Amino acid sequence: MNLAERLATIRGGVAPTRHNARTIAALTSNPGCARRAVLDCAGVDKQRLAAHIDHPARFGQSQFAITRGNAFEAQVKANGCAELLRLLRELLDLDIEEVAYDDLESVAGREGNDLRYARARTLLTHAAAQPDQAGTLFDHPLLRLDVAGQQAYLEPDLIAFQHAGRFHVVEIKSFAVIDGRADPGKVAAAAIQSAVYVLAMRTLLEEAGHDPEIVSHDVVLVCPRDFSNQPMAVLVDVRKQLAVLRRQLSRMTRIDALLADLPATLSFDLAVDDTGVPTRSPQSLIDALNEVEARYSPECLAACELAYFCRHEAHGCTAALGKSVREELGGIERVETALAIAREQRAPAEDQQEAAELLRAAARLRAELLSGVA
Amino acid sequence: MSTLTSLARAEAVVAERAQRITLVRHLHVADRPLVFVPLTLAGEANAPLAAMVGDDPDNPTLLIVPQPRNRDQRFAFAASLAEVVLPYVDSFRGDVEAVAVNRGKDIRVRYADAPQLLVPNPGGVAFTRLFGRSTRFRRTDGDYPVHPSVPLLGRWLTWFADRAEHPGSSALLAMTEALTGHWATGQSPLEDAQLAALMAWIDPPDGMTGTQAAAAAEDPVTCPPAGPTTDPGFDNEILAPAIEAYERAVAADSLVERRRAELEDVLRTQLEPTWRLMWRAVALLHDLPAGSRVAGRWAEDRDAFTNHCSHLDDGGVPQPRRDAAVAAAQRLHRLERAQASYDVQRAYDDPMVMADHRLTGEAFVGEVTAADPTRIDDSGKRRVLRPRITVTTADVVLVTPGTTLASPHRPTNQKATVVSVARNDAGTAEVVLELTGGMGSSLTPPAGSVPEVGERLCWTTLTGFFFPAGAFPSREETPWTHGGPPAPYDDDTPTAEDAQEEWS
Ligand code: SF4
Repeated sequence: MNLAERLATIRGGVAPTRHNARTIAALTSNPGCARRAVLDCAGVDKQRLAAHIDHPARFGQSQFAITRGNAFEAQVKANGCAELLRLLRELLDLDIEEVAYDDLESVAGREGNDLRYARARTLLTHAAAQPDQAGTLFDHPLLRLDVAGQQAYLEPDLIAFQHAGRFHVVEIKSFAVIDGRADPGKVAAAAIQSAVYVLAMRTLLEEAGHDPEIVSHDVVLVCPRDFSNQPMAVLVDVRKQLAVLRRQLSRMTRIDALLADLPATLSFDLAVDDTGVPTRSPQSLIDALNEVEARYSPECLAACELAYFCRHEAHGCTAALGKSVREELGGIERVETALAIAREQRAPAEDQQEAAELLRAAARLRAELLSGVA
Repeated sequence: MSTLTSLARAEAVVAERAQRITLVRHLHVADRPLVFVPLTLAGEANAPLAAMVGDDPDNPTLLIVPQPRNRDQRFAFAASLAEVVLPYVDSFRGDVEAVAVNRGKDIRVRYADAPQLLVPNPGGVAFTRLFGRSTRFRRTDGDYPVHPSVPLLGRWLTWFADRAEHPGSSALLAMTEALTGHWATGQSPLEDAQLAALMAWIDPPDGMTGTQAAAAAEDPVTCPPAGPTTDPGFDNEILAPAIEAYERAVAADSLVERRRAELEDVLRTQLEPTWRLMWRAVALLHDLPAGSRVAGRWAEDRDAFTNHCSHLDDGGVPQPRRDAAVAAAQRLHRLERAQASYDVQRAYDDPMVMADHRLTGEAFVGEVTAADPTRIDDSGKRRVLRPRITVTTADVVLVTPGTTLASPHRPTNQKATVVSVARNDAGTAEVVLELTGGMGSSLTPPAGSVPEVGERLCWTTLTGFFFPAGAFPSREETPWTHGGPPAPYDDDTPTAEDAQEEWS
């Protein structure tokens, strides 16, 4: 079996899940987890998988947030992106009066991804080849990225701005920047998503023989200012995110090594019967999951659809209490082991000697002090 | 976190119940705190949706914004919130006490008590800060006049939020942080951020273990999140239709009151569980014995409260959007000092906190096994009293000769210098200490001023509650590297524009 066939077996009789900048960005959040790498490479629908084994993910989005996001985006893009152009002029110090606006959103809505990608490529490479032409805003260009040997198309949530042969990725987000400060978590998420687009654009242009560096690592983030609807723009340097992303994507191309240790029959087939229920029993899917090693940490709860399953499985592991707790317990894997060593009910292993001394001292102190209260 | 608290987490996993990580309470719990549970509309910049607020567990005030994107309704919400918060704050402007200052030469007056605002989590603190920011510059005249209580509310909320950044202050507390400062659960700190799950570990319902209760508390249907963000499922399935129904009623000018009442009911279901948890948490904290230095820190909150009242009475300007350079540096320095002092105070107040320092060798506890209370040092020009004691301890001792130590059990002006450290075969160490201070000026120490044989004492390198105040240039002398002297009240003066700032 070659790699593609192997991944197809793992995925079973269903189409691979589609990626977008958010899901690709999420790949970087727990790079050490083999379970996740295998499922993502194969394009298994983790959301459905988690629901079927009765540990559903809880990533809901409020319709209020969606509405607000859409309204803000529409406002920034109104009248051929007039508002956006004003912001870009100020931010990038441009003296251009007008720019062309090209919406690459599929007109008929039925156009295939390949076709849309080809169109985006033609337009973007054309612009790159003619740097003296007027600036252009390309809205909704469909891009793609190689994820574990597969071409993943990215939901085109971005605007690519070209001027004087340079491209900038523009991301419109509806979280507010208040007195120059925004929610750091949201900024970080936006930065890594933008980095996905930068990488995809660089790949596209490089393949067409252009210098990939003409896509700036400074992305333009457009957000509402203070408590108003007025947009403001800031530059965000995503070099660090790009490096993380590249590292993780190249790691995924080495998926063969991971698969080599797994049974050839491994499959997470979610094909459904007539009633729309997956034919595989939850238990058989859980058995399959158990074949692939996970590396659960509490951060998974915000990043991976399988988190509730993996958390359940990791019960009693020090890692489930968080990275720093695990470290402070001397890196000992199981909670009971750490406690037994601390209470001198169990001899530490060779490499646990040093941790054991500290744990015993800590346990003695706790016992001494708590005997006073209890 | 430390090895001790991590060990407590491990114990909590096995015991299936949260474990204490302090012996005393390190924050002030007011007799009559104001509990405030705010909710915001998803996707908007701090747009209030509803709040439950009050100082009586049995009688909360429910405030809602039926059309959260409507600016006038937001200010109406602010005015109603002010009707609860301002009288509460004012109720502490009664009794005063005199404080001696300047070595007793002067006295100043401060309020005998101060307001305390309790929110569920750090998100509640952020809401308080941002809501203060969006209301304190509003004007009561001009184009978009608001009720006079609105900017005043904004200034008080900002005061609370500023105090919350001050380590050791109890003026505004996030309940999840207050609780995790005293208990370790069997889950991760990330999961502790959910008030319901955290409380489930600390105080599970009868017949349930903490583990079971925490699992149950994760269901957003039975345990709505403690805000300010609402559960997306609730937003989509319940809130959105209720808001739409209200809007239709307004458009048709019929059944408006009924729809509003329905909206109040659905929002109440999201707030009430958290409201009850908050008061249960207050009771739990209240039951812990207070550390001896808690009252002193609360006195600082009372000072800050008194100062802010005078600032308002004197017609002072609202807090700026951002501090100017010197003010920002001063503030940072103040916060660092407060943090250092708070850390030492907690260790002195609480053997369990001190235990962290014993583990790392910065403190040890032992018995006085020998004492020479009348030892005289005559090597210098003047004969001086320098008693020595020997302390035998089983703790790890990492201090070296020459180090200065202090003891939570001794007067603060008594210090000890390490003379020698000898480890013996039994795994214990004998530390010889030479004492200075706290023994009067004669060559014979008064009774009790030198520790006696048999006393059990803690000695530590952590000393001093007071750290030198930094020297900062005056406003006028702000170096050019920091933008030069700010204009009087800088460019952050509230302007007419601020007063009308869009809020959409
Ligand atoms: S939730 Fe499970 S599969 Fe997902 S990243 Fe974490 S450990 Fe891996």
